[in-house]
Amino acid sequence: MNIVVCLKQVPGTTEVKIDPQTNTLIRQGIENIINPFDTYAIEEGVRLKEKDGGKVTVITMGPSQAEAALRESISLGIDEAILLCDNAFRGADTWATAFTLSCAVKKLQQYDLIICGRQTIDGDTGQVGPELAEMLDIPFIAYVGQIEEIKDGYLRVRRMVEEGHEILETTLPAVITVAKEINVPRLPSLRGIMKSKSAKIDTWGIRELGVEESMVGLPGSSTQVIKIFFPQRVHQAEMLEGNPEKQVDTLIDRLKSAGLC
Amino acid sequence: MKLKINLDECVGCGNCTSVCPFDLVEIVKGKVKINEEGCNFCGACVESCGYYAITIEADEPVAEADESYCGVWVFAEQRRGTLKNVAYELLSRGRELADTLETELGAVCLGHNVQDAESLIAYGADKVYLADSPDLADNQEDYLTHKLVDLIREYKPEVVIAGATALGRAFFPRVAAILNTGLTADCTGLDIDTEKRLLLQTRPTFGGNIMATIICPANRPQMATVRPRVFKKNAPDDKRQGQIIKVDFKKEGIAPKTKLLDFIDDVTETVKLEDADIIISGGRGLGKPENFKLLAELAEAMGAALGSSRAAVDEGWIPYSHQVGQTGKTVCPKLYIACGISGAIQHLAGMQTSDIIVAINDDPNAPIFEVATYGIVGDLFQVVPMLIKKLKG
Repeated sequence: MNIVVCLKQVPGTTEVKIDPQTNTLIRQGIENIINPFDTYAIEEGVRLKEKDGGKVTVITMGPSQAEAALRESISLGIDEAILLCDNAFRGADTWATAFTLSCAVKKLQQYDLIICGRQTIDGDTGQVGPELAEMLDIPFIAYVGQIEEIKDGYLRVRRMVEEGHEILETTLPAVITVAKEINVPRLPSLRGIMKSKSAKIDTWGIRELGVEESMVGLPGSSTQVIKIFFPQRVHQAEMLEGNPEKQVDTLIDRLKSAGLC
Repeated sequence: MKLKINLDECVGCGNCTSVCPFDLVEIVKGKVKINEEGCNFCGACVESCGYYAITIEADEPVAEADESYCGVWVFAEQRRGTLKNVAYELLSRGRELADTLETELGAVCLGHNVQDAESLIAYGADKVYLADSPDLADNQEDYLTHKLVDLIREYKPEVVIAGATALGRAFFPRVAAILNTGLTADCTGLDIDTEKRLLLQTRPTFGGNIMATIICPANRPQMATVRPRVFKKNAPDDKRQGQIIKVDFKKEGIAPKTKLLDFIDDVTETVKLEDADIIISGGRGLGKPENFKLLAELAEAMGAALGSSRAAVDEGWIPYSHQVGQTGKTVCPKLYIACGISGAIQHLAGMQTSDIIVAINDDPNAPIFEVATYGIVGDLFQVVPMLIKKLKG
C-alpha cells in the first residue's frame, strides 16, 4: 500500500505569551516543530506500513527550513520525503495549499491513503484535508479516531462527532484526517536518526509540478489577511476573600443575585 | 505582492521584530531586515511601524467580484430532523449582515422530516430552501456537498456561512474547493465593509494568541464557518413573514463515496455540554480521576454538565466528549465553574465567552483568573465540598 502523509512545519507558538507592556508576542526561544496533530498522521502511516507493507511518503509545502521537519519524519519511520518549495508558493491560503498538495500527490501517481492531521496549531483551520480530497475527487473522512479495517481498496474507520462516534466505510484511495485518539506517536529510533541525516529529499517547485504561478501562492488564494491584532483582555476578576466558608458564602450570594442558584 | 523597506525611514526601533507571526523580521546594524521566505504578507510589521518604513505593494489590481451574487445564506444544520442551535445563532447574526447589505437572508436546510422549519423564519430568514429526502436523513456528506454546490450555483448568494461543527468543518471546505472560492474557518466575528460589500471575517489564530481579519475580495460566494455559541441567539419572532421554498433532492448523479454503518452514542454525558446553562469543569488540579466524582456531585446539586480541560482528558480521567477548548467543545453557559484549571489559552478559547466564570485554584497567578468574573484562591478540596454542603443545606 502506498501511503501519503501531509505535514506542516509550525512555530511552537502555543507556549508563546504576550508581553503586556508592548502587547506583542514574546518569541524568544521558539523553535519550529512538526505540527503536533501531524505526528499522529505520521505514526498511523508508519504503523500501517509495518503491518501490511508498502511505502509511506511525506509531503510538506513550506520554506527551505521545513526540510528539518521532513528529516524528523524520516527518523520516525517515513520512507520518502518531498519538499514543495518555491517562491511562487508564498502566501497561500488553504485553497492554494490544497491545490499545490493535490498537484504533488497526482505527480506521485501511486497513492492509496492520504493522511493529514485534523488541523494545524498555527492556522487552526482544518480545511486543507477536505479541500485536497475534493481536488483529487476521492472520498474524505474527518476526525478519524481508529482505523478498523483497511485492505483491498476498502477502508472502515471510527470517527468522532459531537454526539459520539460514527463507523464509516469507504473505498480507496481516500483522504482522512486523524485525531489524537488514533495512536501514541513513537520517539525517533537511533537507526531512524542516522537514516534521516543522509536521506535524499526531493524539492519540487512550480516547474516540477507543471503548474501556473497564478494558481498557487498568493495569486492562487481567494482569501486575503487584511489585519492582524491581539485580543484585548481588559478584565478584572472579583477575588473572593476570607476562609473557604466565607468565600463560598460570598459566591452563593453572587450566584443567587444572578438567579443561578 | 512585494515587501518594500524604506531604510531611510527605519530608525531600528525593533517594534516590528516581535509582531511577525513567523519570526522573519530582525534588526541588523540598526536597520530592519526581513527574510521574505515564509512571509505571507499579513501586514503585522507594516502596522507596527510608526515610521512608515515598511510597505506592502500589490502586484496588480484585484479582479472585480461578480455583482450578480446577492443575499446572505446560512446553512441550517440539523441532526435526525432536529435543527441545531448553531443554525439559529447564525441566522441571528446573518439577519444583521443582510440588513447592513440591504439584501435577503436565506436558510438552507437539507434533511428528512425536519421539524419546525418555520422557526428558521422566526429567527430571521426571508427564504428557507428546504430539501426533504430519506437520503438526506444521515447527513451524508457527499450528498450535502453536491446539493449545496448546486443551490449556490443556481441562486448565487454572495455570503454563505455554516457552523464550525464536526459536520460543517468536514463538508464546507469541499463545497469551497468545488466552487473555487475562499473559506475562513472558525470565525468569531463577522462584519461588513459596506463600501466594498465585503464580509470581514475575524478569527483567532495561533491558538487564540492573534486575531486575524480576512476577506475574500474577488471570488463568490464569500464563505465562513463559525463556532457554535459564538453568536447569541436572538428571541424568535413568530409573526415574521417568510417563504419556504421546497427544493428537489435526487441522489442520482451523486456517487456517495462514504457510507455510515453505525453510530455509537457517548453515554457518559447526562447533560449535553453544548446546551448546558451551568458547567462544572475540572482540570489537572483534581489530581486523580476519582476526584471528578466530587465535581459530579456539585454538578448534580446545580443541575450542571461536567466539563474538563485537555490535561484531564489526556490523563485519561474523563472521556474526550467532556473536553472544553480549542480542540474540544466551545461552550457559552450562563455559569462556568473552573476547578483546578490553570487556564491555558487553548482552554480559554473554548469558554471565555461564558456569562459568569468562577475560577477556583490554589495558584493566584493562574491565567484562568484573567478571564474569571469571581476568583477563589484556595484549595478546591475544601471549597467544593463546602459549596455542595451549602447548596444542599
